[in-house]
Amino acid sequence: MLEKALKGSKKYYGWIAALLAVIGVGFACYLWQFQFGLGITGMSRDVSWGFYIAQFTFLVGVAASAVMVVLPYYLHNYKAFGRITILGEFLAVASVTMCILFIFVDLGQPTRVFNVLLHPTPNSVLFWDMIVLNGYLFLNIIIGWNVLEAERNNVAPPSWLKPLIYLSIPWAVSIHTVTAFLYCGLPGRGFWLTAILAPRFLSSAFAAGPAFLILLCMLVRKLTKFDPGREQIQSLAKVVAYAICINVFFFLCEVFVVFYSRIPEHMDHLVYLFAGLHGHNALVPWMWASMILMVVSIILLVNPATRKNETTLVAACITVFIGTWIDKGLGMISGGFVPNPLHHVTEYVPTIPELAISIGVWAIGFLVLTALFKIAVSIKEEVSGVS
Amino acid sequence: MPKKKMYDQGKVFAGLAIFVGLLIFPFLLNLGKAAPAPELKLSDKAKAAKECVESKAYMTAEHMQLLNEWRETVVRNAQRVYVNSSGKKFEMSLSNTCLDCHSEKAEFCDKCHNYAAVTPYCWDCHVDPKETM
Amino acid sequence: MEESSRRTFLKLAGFSALGLGAKPVLDAFASSGGEQSKPMVMKGADALKAKRWALVIDTRKFESEKDLEPMIEVCHKIHNVPKLANKRHEIKWIWTEEFKHIFSTQTHAFLNDRVKHLPFLTLCNHCEKPACVRACPTKATFKREDGIVLMDFHRCIGCRFCMAACPYGSRSFNFRDPRPFIKETNLKFPTRMKGVVEKCNFCAERLAVGKVPACVEVSKGALAFGDLEDSKSKVRELLSSNFTIRRKPALGAGPSVFYIV
Repeated sequence: MLEKALKGSKKYYGWIAALLAVIGVGFACYLWQFQFGLGITGMSRDVSWGFYIAQFTFLVGVAASAVMVVLPYYLHNYKAFGRITILGEFLAVASVTMCILFIFVDLGQPTRVFNVLLHPTPNSVLFWDMIVLNGYLFLNIIIGWNVLEAERNNVAPPSWLKPLIYLSIPWAVSIHTVTAFLYCGLPGRGFWLTAILAPRFLSSAFAAGPAFLILLCMLVRKLTKFDPGREQIQSLAKVVAYAICINVFFFLCEVFVVFYSRIPEHMDHLVYLFAGLHGHNALVPWMWASMILMVVSIILLVNPATRKNETTLVAACITVFIGTWIDKGLGMISGGFVPNPLHHVTEYVPTIPELAISIGVWAIGFLVLTALFKIAVSIKEEVSGVS
Repeated sequence: MPKKKMYDQGKVFAGLAIFVGLLIFPFLLNLGKAAPAPELKLSDKAKAAKECVESKAYMTAEHMQLLNEWRETVVRNAQRVYVNSSGKKFEMSLSNTCLDCHSEKAEFCDKCHNYAAVTPYCWDCHVDPKETM
Repeated sequence: MEESSRRTFLKLAGFSALGLGAKPVLDAFASSGGEQSKPMVMKGADALKAKRWALVIDTRKFESEKDLEPMIEVCHKIHNVPKLANKRHEIKWIWTEEFKHIFSTQTHAFLNDRVKHLPFLTLCNHCEKPACVRACPTKATFKREDGIVLMDFHRCIGCRFCMAACPYGSRSFNFRDPRPFIKETNLKFPTRMKGVVEKCNFCAERLAVGKVPACVEVSKGALAFGDLEDSKSKVRELLSSNFTIRRKPALGAGPSVFYIV
């Protein structure tokens, strides 16, 4: 089936070439980082994780959200999603690939990465994160590939695939839960030290992922002869609507606990993010923008008229995606480190090379996504006889 | 599948030839030019000592394993004294024991490592007194 | 190669474990200089030993930064701690903080003037239940039998999970090659390389040869170092005769550094 990714229009090849150029720039910057050390980034002794880990966290969510199409189809026999499960699974593959790469570019000694296997340490959450991420990657590759191949050959998928599909459902939940456990089990970081962190991660994931999938479905409809279907998109829109509401609700729960209890170690981080602390306020406009975007998206998604209108739906999905990205990809990690455990404020701003490396990793993800979607869509066209 | 005529025969074989050419290029380049094995120079102190912490043959073949074990026991088990096969005691320290005798790192360690094209990262942290002074 | 090295290491490890039980016998062996079939490893004869090392800092004996400088200086000098001008890349093993920072959960607005302006020595607490050790995915940071929390720089992959986990901000990361920033290199101690985390090691290398930590040595009696499990030790004596505090007690990490305020 791979050959499908190699045959495409001039536009397709142009897009691939553009991605490769971006990857090239990112890779050059990575070589610089490899040579010099992580000092070329904006990270510091006080904010020791930055943009890379934040992107990783956000993308784990996008990856986990594949379960939102897999679960209704396989557990509730919601037939309509049969058309797009493969798109969800391939989105997960591309996202997990990016997650793993973001962890890798964040390492100070990347050549020693296999020490994690050589000296397995079950008490470290990172050890489990490695297992669940790689497991999820392989599950989705195996499931997606075999289901698609069966569809192409017009036969039922092999029976051994079923248990793997059922396994992939809790597994999707596990990747984001374990990722939240990376942060929420740390004793000295009041911002993350909350049992609702994993649920919050999941709710924002189930908003951002399906919102992105809706946008992709519309793009596929526009660019190819395969139509993922209006019913499918509308069902996904309802998922996004519920998830973004729950996400904002969880956030407000957090706000209540923190500000009603008034425990400084928990409160100061939110104060820093939304009002600034000791004159440091780089993230304040971003965080308010995130809140406004999420509220706007709730209005657009809950209201049936704007949800059913595909133009406003696109706007809603973009606001969800950007709003949750700011929340998780910018605020969530920096916010936990400011102020530091000694109550000093060191702000974090990513540097140009750091952003170039991040964009490079995103471009690798999009390259994987493009190739996989091209394969999936070509086969869908072939099967339905429209090509 | 019915047998088909091979298309683009010329291109396929040209491509293959280029691939094989690239593959064997490094071998051709170095053909008959094998560098002679380096001769290690021992410092006077090492010569006088006659013997390293273990036999010469063992050290030549296994010094990397020995150093690996040393670093594990020193750093992780807090045991810093090595008692060799004949009961002699040594402090397990690269900079302070090994380099004390083998004071010519360039002549002793580097020469052979360069020949074997290995770059152990010992020296990223461990100090060679000669190079820092 | 990897396989065989692991096997030999296991043998060695097993051998040294055996050595704990049969130490007197083996010691006799070693000193007799007789023929032995297998090499072995052991602690130095002068090594200081304890069940749980602890440090008591008598802050009443300090008045200003000046009194603390010698301790910081000697530590950073003997351990080849680089001095980086860029605050973001700063590396420190022991330094000073004001009360409101080091004891951020115990401060209030009406502290007496002495405590309010007094610099406090800040370093790794060598916790009883270290969060950094729990977080490390490679056991590059680990707790030794004598309670010291150490770094194995050979193994650290630079993921900085330990830095996020440490509730005391005790850890530094080498954001770049530290060597150009070390004024005078102590030839007896290694430097670090870029991409690894470092922190105070309670002078493990000095304890191994029978010396107390360098900061304690130059403290003119203001710092006491000893075994917390030994009721007759100097630190226990100080703890029983003075009121002491530890940092962030509510976290339950169990710091081994105590402050007499």
